[in-house]
Amino acid sequence: MALIDLSKKEVHCKIVYYGPGRCGKTTNLLYIYNAMSDRARGKMLTIETKGDRTLFFDLLPLNLGKVNGFDIRIQLYTVPGQAIYEATRKLVLKGVDGLVFVADSLRVRQAKNIESLEDLQKNLMENNLSFNEIPLILQYNKRDLVSTPIPTLELDELESDLNSHLHTMAFEAAATKGMGVFETLKAISKLTVRHVARKHLMAK
Amino acid sequence: MADLVVTGPVLEKAKIQIDKSLIKAGVHTVLLIDEAGNIVASCGKKRNDLDTTSLAALAAANFGATSQMAKLIGEDDFSLLFHKGKKDSIHFARIGSALILITIFGDDVSLGLVRIRVAQLIKTIEQVFGICN
Ligand SMILES: Nc1nc2c(ncn2[C@@H]2O[C@H](COP(=O)(O)OP(=O)(O)O)[C@@H](O)[C@H]2O)c(=O)[nH]1
Ligand SMILES: [Mg+2]
Repeated sequence: MALIDLSKKEVHCKIVYYGPGRCGKTTNLLYIYNAMSDRARGKMLTIETKGDRTLFFDLLPLNLGKVNGFDIRIQLYTVPGQAIYEATRKLVLKGVDGLVFVADSLRVRQAKNIESLEDLQKNLMENNLSFNEIPLILQYNKRDLVSTPIPTLELDELESDLNSHLHTMAFEAAATKGMGVFETLKAISKLTVRHVARKHLMAK
Repeated sequence: MADLVVTGPVLEKAKIQIDKSLIKAGVHTVLLIDEAGNIVASCGKKRNDLDTTSLAALAAANFGATSQMAKLIGEDDFSLLFHKGKKDSIHFARIGSALILITIFGDDVSLGLVRIRVAQLIKTIEQVFGICN
């Protein structure tokens, strides 16, 4: 749920980076955090408690400047990918306005990518949401490994595994080096803000 | 979950009510947040010394987690959600289905007083935001 404050002329949106464990969600946020100026970024919060804790996510608040006179505030969240954190993933999806699904290009992670996308769909449904209502883009991460001996997935394999039904934008990335990170962020921010604005601000 | 659109007059009214009931009672910080962890309103002298963004995100997650725990043991929700510190304590309350009121207060304010004031304030804020349920 976006928050639109008409008195301060602010729009607050929540964007969640989803994907299997170790696909590079936190790396995306860290790269963004390190590349942004203090003025544009808030404090990055990471909670990496193992064991019995329920809370387990990263948060990076960003100030993306003005669009049509409105200050755009974005909160980037990641979810824990491991299967046992199902309950946490559902919590983090509460009130989500935009989604990035980060897929791992490692061939050994092929099934995990598909499983995680299905898990996302299921958890959205349990929050009474669906892929049709929330802007979603894909990021194929770890493309830097394609040129190494490590077995990786071809782009058309990733496309047919993950994007054959969604037909959404997909970006290639190497989050550790920053490739594709800002392209992904820009695309999802734009879609999300436009989606929220269409619902509330343009109608008036 | 529907988006929340707040206007100046509604926010002003809500803040005045929070001020009247809780800040006047000695509470030092009050945050009104939504379930996504966005801050709708913040009141109190100390609010600028706190990392309210992180606090709101964690509070929303904590609140959601606690509601789930309640469901797992067969409760609808816990009526009291409260963390007690050595000096400062924090109290959470649900307002309607989409808002959460976070009250932070020192040991000079009693939990009983906070609970009574919060219970009254919930009704007022529901009216201000036009929430009925
Ligand atoms: N080679 C390579 N490694 C990556 C890339 N992105 C992330 N990693 C590594 O993958 C591991 C897991 O990344 P992390 O961001 O913690 O994954 P998360 O579980 O999705 O948050 C770390 O060791 C990262 O350094 C990438 O683009 N290329
Ligand atoms: Mg992570």
